[in-house]
Amino acid sequence: MPEQKPEERRQNFAEVNLGLNFHLATQEAMRCLECANPKCIDGCPVGVKVKDFIALVLTGDYLGAAAKIREDNILPAVTGRVCPQEDQCEGTCIMNKKFGAVGIGYLERFVADYERESGQIGLPPIAPPTGKKVAIVGSGPAGLSAAGDLVQRGHQVTVFEALHEVGGVLVYGIPEFRLPKEIVRQEVENMKRMGVEFQTNVVVGKTVTVDELFGEEGYHAVLVATGAGLPQFLGIPGEDLCGVYSANEFLTRVNLMKAYKFPEYDEPIYNCRGKNVAVVGGGNTAMDAIRSALRLGAKNAYVIYRRSVAEMPARAEEVKHAREEGVQFLLLNNPIGFLGDEKGWLRAVQCIKMELGPADESGRRRPVPVQGSEYVLPLDVAIIAVGTSSNPLVQSTTPDLKTRKGGYIEADPETLKTSKMGVFGAGDIVTGAATVILAMGAGRKAATAIDEYLRTGVW
Amino acid sequence: MGIEGFSIAEARFLAPDVKLFRVVAPRVARKQQPGQFVIIRIHEHGERIPLTIADSNPTEGTITIIVQGIGKTTKLLNRLNAGDFILDVVGPLGRPSDVRLFGTVVVISGGVGTAIAYPIAKALQRAGNHVITILGARTKNLLILENEARAVSDEVFVITDDGSYGEKGLVTGKLDALIAGGKKIDLVLAIGPIPMMRAVAEKTRPCGIKTIVSLNPIMVDGTGMCGGCRVQVAGRSQFACVDGPEFDAHEVDFDGLAKRNAMYRESERQALEQFVSEPESGPELIRHRCKLEDVAPR
Ligand SMILES: Cc1cc2nc3c(=O)[nH]c(=O)nc-3n(C[C@H](O)[C@H](O)[C@H](O)COP(=O)(O)OP(=O)(O)OC[C@H]3O[C@@H](n4cnc5c(N)ncnc54)[C@H](O)[C@@H]3O)c2cc1C
Ligand code: FES
Repeated sequence: MPEQKPEERRQNFAEVNLGLNFHLATQEAMRCLECANPKCIDGCPVGVKVKDFIALVLTGDYLGAAAKIREDNILPAVTGRVCPQEDQCEGTCIMNKKFGAVGIGYLERFVADYERESGQIGLPPIAPPTGKKVAIVGSGPAGLSAAGDLVQRGHQVTVFEALHEVGGVLVYGIPEFRLPKEIVRQEVENMKRMGVEFQTNVVVGKTVTVDELFGEEGYHAVLVATGAGLPQFLGIPGEDLCGVYSANEFLTRVNLMKAYKFPEYDEPIYNCRGKNVAVVGGGNTAMDAIRSALRLGAKNAYVIYRRSVAEMPARAEEVKHAREEGVQFLLLNNPIGFLGDEKGWLRAVQCIKMELGPADESGRRRPVPVQGSEYVLPLDVAIIAVGTSSNPLVQSTTPDLKTRKGGYIEADPETLKTSKMGVFGAGDIVTGAATVILAMGAGRKAATAIDEYLRTGVW
Repeated sequence: MGIEGFSIAEARFLAPDVKLFRVVAPRVARKQQPGQFVIIRIHEHGERIPLTIADSNPTEGTITIIVQGIGKTTKLLNRLNAGDFILDVVGPLGRPSDVRLFGTVVVISGGVGTAIAYPIAKALQRAGNHVITILGARTKNLLILENEARAVSDEVFVITDDGSYGEKGLVTGKLDALIAGGKKIDLVLAIGPIPMMRAVAEKTRPCGIKTIVSLNPIMVDGTGMCGGCRVQVAGRSQFACVDGPEFDAHEVDFDGLAKRNAMYRESERQALEQFVSEPESGPELIRHRCKLEDVAPR
C-alpha cells in the first residue's frame, strides 16, 4: 500500500494510506487463489463474498465489485480502512501462513473509493411505503447500517443523534488521517437520498424518552444503538490535573471539534508543541490519540502499556504506523500516579515496570508489578485510553429495559430484541466496546428483525 | 431542527454584556426542569459551550438563556438578535435540582449566577419553602433579574460590592448576619463565581447547614462521553454534566475545579484577542450560513 512518508505524515492530518492504483489492485487481486471453499468469508463477521468481489476486480468491473460488497456491508470505504483484517478475512486467507494474505482490506477500500469517486453509487431500490415509523437512537455504524436497510424496506426511518454531527465513533473518535470524514459524510448523504431522516442534537433519555417516541411521536419500533462511549479512568492519584485527558475528550476535541485547526476553529486543545505526551493503553483508541498528539507537535510521544506487544488489541497496521512515525512504546509499564505543580498542571507520571504472569480469564497473560521498579517520567499531557463503558442515558430513563452487568442492554443474540416490546438493541451498547464491522453486522441483523416485527406484529 | 438551527424569538440586554435570549427549542422547552442546561454551538467552526436554562415556555416552545459576554463565543452570541439562528442547541442536560419542602431556603447568587438561581428559587417557592434571596453584583448596573427574583422570594437582599445599590458588602456578609440573627436555615443554595461559592460553603460548614452549589466546569459533549467536566466530590471523580451540575458544597474540591477551569486560559485569551481585532470574522460565518439557508429549499 502506498503511503505518506512517516516524516511527512507526522506533520499533517491527511490520510496515511494513499490507496492502491489500478495496477497494484490488479496485481493484488491476482494473488487470490479462488479457493473452492474460501476461508476468508468465514473470517468475515458479516460474510462479505470476498472471492466474488475479487473476481470482479480482476475483470475490471470495480462498480460491480463494490456492489457485491455492499450486499453484506454497507460501509466498505470505512471497513476497508478500519477493520482488523489480520484477525478476520486476511487472518483466515489460505495464503496468510506462507506468503502473506491477499490484501483484502486494501482491495475493499480500492473498489469503494473507486465507486465514490465515480459518483455512480448504485443506490438500492426502495420498497413501497409501509406506513411504519422506526426511531434509531445513535448514528454510529450500528445505527447507520440499520437505517439503510430499514429505509430500503419501505419504513420511515429517523436517526436521533446526541452530538451535532452524524457518524458516532467514525466522526468523533477515529481521526482524519485514518478515516477521512468526507467518506462518512458521503455515506450519510447517500442515506439521506434514500430517505433516512437525521435529527442531531437529540439526547434520547433527556430531550425525549423512549416511551415518548412510542407515544406522542408515534414510532412503531425503536433501535437503541448508543455505543459504549463512557470513558474509564485509571483511578490513580493526580488524574484531575490539567493536561490529563480521557482519549474520548482528546479525540473529540481533535476530530469532531477540529481543535487541530485552532484558532480557525474555536474549540481549544492543550498546545502539545514541543511537549511530552503519553497515552495509557494499547488499543486503536490509544494509537489514534498518540498519533494525533504527534501531529499536534509533541516532542516525545509515548505509549504506556502494561502488557507486551503481543497482547495489544490495536490493529497491527496502526502499531506499525505509530512506530514508523516515532512513537515510543513503553511496554510492560504501568502508571501509578500523576504528579503536578502547584498550579495543578501535569508535570510527570510515576510508573512501575511489569512482567507477565499466568493467563487471566481473557486468555491474555496477566501483568504483575516488579517490586522496586518505580520511576518518574517527565510529562505534560497524559491521555487515558483504557476502555469505555456503556452510555446510560437511555437505560436510566427506560425502566423496563433490562440491562446486564456494566449497564449494557440485554438483547436476544439472534433477533436483538430487548426486554421491552418494540425496542431492539445493537452495537457496542449490547456487546461492549467491539468493532465497526460487528456493530454494522448487528445493525443489519436488527433491521431484519425489526422489519419482520413491523410486518407481522409478532413480538 | 438541526439543519436550519434554532431561531431566536427574542433578544435583549439585561445589563452591559449580559443578554437574554428566548430560543425556539420545543423539545427542550417541554422537558426542562430547574437546574438543567443546554449546550450550544453558534456556527460551523464554533465550540460547544454549556448555558443554564433560566426559564422555559412549553406552550410557545421556547427556552430562555442568559449570556454574559466573556470569551469569544459568548461575545459573538451576544451580537445575535431576534430572527437569527443558533446552529446547535441540545438539552435539557444534567440532573434537575432537588426541589422539595425544606423549610427556609437561602438562595445566594452572584452576577449571572442569578440566571441559574432564579428558576430554582421559583420552583423552591412553589414547593412551599420560605425563600430568602441574596442577590450580589459588583455594581448596580450589573444586577440582573431583580424583579423576577422578588416575585419568587419571600425576602430579598441586594448587595453590591461598591454600595451603588442595596447594601454595600459581600453576599457572605449577609449570610453571616442571617445566621447570627438566629434565623433557622434549612438549605443554602449558592450559585456564582467559584470564590463566592467556596466562601459560602465555608460559612455554612461549621453550622452544619446543608448547602448546594451549581458548578460550571469546562464541558464538551454534556452527555458523559468525554469526562472533561469531572470534579472531585467527596473524594470521588464526578462528571458534572450527568452527575451534576449541583453538588453538596461541603464535599466539592473547589480548588481543583478552579485549576481545571484555567486550563485553556491562554487559548481563550488568544481567541478573544483575535476576535476583538477582527470582529467581523465570527459574524461572517454566521451570516454565510443564513444566506445559504435562504436559498436552499426546505
Ligand atoms: C478512537 C477509536 C478508534 C477505533 N478504531 C477502530 C478500528 O480501527 N476498527 C474497528 O473496527 N473499530 C474501531 N473502534 C471501535 C468502533 O468504533 C466501535 O466498536 C463502533 O463504532 C461501535 O458502533 P456503535 O454504532 O455501536 O456505536 P458508536 O459508534 O459509539 O455510536 C453511538 C452513537 O450514539 C450516540 N448516542 C449515545 N447516547 C445517545 C442518546 N442517549 N441519544 C442519542 N444519541 C446517543 C453517540 O453520540 C454516538 O454518536 C474504535 C473506537 C474508538 C473510540
Ligand atoms: S462534558 Fe463531556 S462528560 Fe461531561
